Amino acid sequence: MRTAVVVFPGTNCEQDVAYALTSLGGDVELVWHRETDLSDFDGVVLPGGFAHGDYLRTGAIARFSPVMAEVERIAAQGLPVLGICNGFQVLCEAGLLPGALIANRDLAFICRFVDLEVVDNESILTRSAEVGQRIRIPLNSYEGNWVDPRSTGRIVLRYIDDPNGSQQEAAAVANHSGNVVGVMPHPERGVDEVLGSGDGQVLLEGFLHSLVPA
Amino acid sequence: MKVTVEITRRPEIADPQGTTIQRALHDLGNNEVMSVRVDRVIHLEMAGDDAALVQSRVEEMCRQVLANPVLEDFTVEVSG
Repeated sequence: MRTAVVVFPGTNCEQDVAYALTSLGGDVELVWHRETDLSDFDGVVLPGGFAHGDYLRTGAIARFSPVMAEVERIAAQGLPVLGICNGFQVLCEAGLLPGALIANRDLAFICRFVDLEVVDNESILTRSAEVGQRIRIPLNSYEGNWVDPRSTGRIVLRYIDDPNGSQQEAAAVANHSGNVVGVMPHPERGVDEVLGSGDGQVLLEGFLHSLVPA
Repeated sequence: MKVTVEITRRPEIADPQGTTIQRALHDLGNNEVMSVRVDRVIHLEMAGDDAALVQSRVEEMCRQVLANPVLEDFTVEVSG
């Protein structure tokens, strides 16, 4: 079972995601954003960074990259699609997740560990965790403030200390069926105690357990 | 033709940048400032001379990519 990790111009977390998934037993390949065929893959991750320079709005240009048609197909098939940080922003712009991400409430770029609580474990990110479980992983974003005027999002992880003004303290949001998830903090940067936390493991294990043959 | 697109964040959506600028203006003694919102203006030059067609094409581009319908409204002004 193989996972595509998409690389846009300006993506910068692809190696961390590939390392983390591989260390947990995943079979991972980096895929350039101009790829138009992901039929060999059973799931996809959009990693963090600044896709296309984040010009216009975060994720606004990336959503029209050629690979996104395949990401939309994979999402529609019910296969796992995970967007981390900038990847979350891209999934919102693409309409695969509800809402949008705007500048943090205090206009600060936040780069520190945050404590999260699992509020829904019926998603590809949280299925290996228990509801109520605490997760400590790094947050690293300026536009991490999720707004959802229609309140249609399913929140699967919430911040304990409301760092950025995100609606309902949402740190990770799923689509209705739970196979598409966007998470603002970085599980791949918390997969080993030597990094300060290993709590991200349970989230990425959930993703890997969600892979079924395409 | 020259086209000016103004993209404005909906009033119900927070504008942290506007709030921060308002605070700075107050700190400088400009206490009559009641609200600040920061919007985006995009200037386009379009081929063709049919103003109505240009208007509708640019409105389509706003819905497609220039504005995010979750957050923003837009106005399009075509001038010769």
